[in-house]
Amino acid sequence: MSALTFTLKIRPDQRVDMSPLVCQLLQDKDPSDIAAIELQSGKRKLRVDELFNVSGSDTQNIIIKNSFGKLDFIGKELDGGSITVEGDAGAYLAMGMKSGEIKISGNAGLYAGCEMKKGYLEIAGDTGDFLGGALPGNKMGMKGGLILVKGNAGERVGDHLRRGTILIEGNAGDYCGSRMTAGTIAVMGQTGRYLGYAMRRGTLLLWNPPVLSPSFNDCGTHTLAFLPMLFKAFATLNSKFADSAAAFNRVQRYAGDMAEMGRGEVLVKI
Amino acid sequence: MIINGVTIDATFAEAFPMKATRAIITAQNEKWAMIAAQAMTGFATSVIACGCEAGIERTLTPEETPDGRPGVAVMIFAMGGKGLAKQLETRAGQCVLTSPTSALFAGIESDTKIPLGKNLRYFGDGFQIAKVIAGKRYWRVPVMDGEFLTEATTGQVSAVGGGNFLVLAESQPQALAACEAAIEEMKKIPNVIMPFPGGVVRSGSKVGSKYKSLGASTNDAFCPTLKGMTKTDLSPEIESVMEIVIDGLTKEDIDKAMRVGIQAVCNLGAANGIKRISAGNYGGKLGPFHFHLQEIMA
Repeated sequence: MSALTFTLKIRPDQRVDMSPLVCQLLQDKDPSDIAAIELQSGKRKLRVDELFNVSGSDTQNIIIKNSFGKLDFIGKELDGGSITVEGDAGAYLAMGMKSGEIKISGNAGLYAGCEMKKGYLEIAGDTGDFLGGALPGNKMGMKGGLILVKGNAGERVGDHLRRGTILIEGNAGDYCGSRMTAGTIAVMGQTGRYLGYAMRRGTLLLWNPPVLSPSFNDCGTHTLAFLPMLFKAFATLNSKFADSAAAFNRVQRYAGDMAEMGRGEVLVKI
Repeated sequence: MIINGVTIDATFAEAFPMKATRAIITAQNEKWAMIAAQAMTGFATSVIACGCEAGIERTLTPEETPDGRPGVAVMIFAMGGKGLAKQLETRAGQCVLTSPTSALFAGIESDTKIPLGKNLRYFGDGFQIAKVIAGKRYWRVPVMDGEFLTEATTGQVSAVGGGNFLVLAESQPQALAACEAAIEEMKKIPNVIMPFPGGVVRSGSKVGSKYKSLGASTNDAFCPTLKGMTKTDLSPEIESVMEIVIDGLTKEDIDKAMRVGIQAVCNLGAANGIKRISAGNYGGKLGPFHFHLQEIMA
């Protein structure tokens, strides 16, 4: 059985809500039923076969080809199966994902992996603001799973992060780890201003020294036993994080944000 | 049945269902992992008065441990799940948490989980940090030598406790030498522990006592000094009897351990003063697991 493949034929002017095209909703559907699904685009509804050439039949293995940055909500609340995106994705990629795997070869927009609960999200390019964050007004961002970004991430990475791991091979923008409740964010590149702003708990793991707010206190240098285990867990990823040369267990530990609960930590490689 | 001049009695050992768990202790080096393991498994020879039976299963190489440091696998057996959880927690808290450089991990998978570091975390007084790594929850508890890293839970499994055999010898040194040889071989078998001191018990017991407050008392039938005073099970030349008790995850694990242990004793043979191998049972009325010596050695 070959993967169910949606190849984009036209690029609509308005954004498209792709949330109906997830594995669990397409299960047991005939190709004709899938072609007839209507997707919201602006104020119009477009049939799937108006936008895409549809081929293949394995609904647990979806491929979206020729994707571009206006296809929003790809993999929304995905619960099992895999989605592969060839090209860019719009906003809210993998929003509320429950399980499964999403990989995209290009860039992702705002709120990628926001409020994700479990599963694996891999973004080969860059990603917009609020990666793994909470929707506006909500108090809990990502609650579990793993996000890997091979490029750079925008601002507010892991805003209100509750649990789970975000790995960024490139740089992260301002307010990385803001308002974190727990979880882990690792950044190999540079981080912006206001790192860990109002974070309560959780870990920011950095390869490069950050510019820290005065509300983070130096706790000294340490060898931490959990770090080798954490890196070992990344060993199977297709990523720089899997490289044993990237691993370390000696860190400078800063605690903060003291303007908030102050139980969070910024660990910087030394 | 006679092996190398040693008579194998046509009897059986009787064992009971127990609950068991395994934990992995690691430390900066094997010496300190072993110190923590010895502390954790101390005063745990018999459920009669210790609350559990515990022992060191084996040492682990850095490649075998979750954090890549030298480690020791310990196993704890108790009569019920609640008792097991309580013993595990108090022992982990007083003996492993306190031991320099130690870390503590689950050593067995099971659907039934019992707390390992889940409650020890409160020692951190609010400064403890949880980390979920590869789907498993760990706690980092700040302590004076750095951080105590512990997995939140470990598995609890059904197991078998009380497998045993008796070594009957012409002298005390010969009985002990035979038991030492048996223990050395039995330690190589996975999934079993021999919880008594050095794996050997010299005070095997029978059920009941003339004193109402005691549930168990000396096994007078096998006490050599009582040969003329009681209904003895010993022939005149037997001067010393020692017992090896085995707890294991399954009946098959105990079978294997008994086989290699008895074989090691028989290898010394009659020439070294070993006369008989027997076993302790309660007539088959108390424990559902029966280990027939002659079947095991067949």
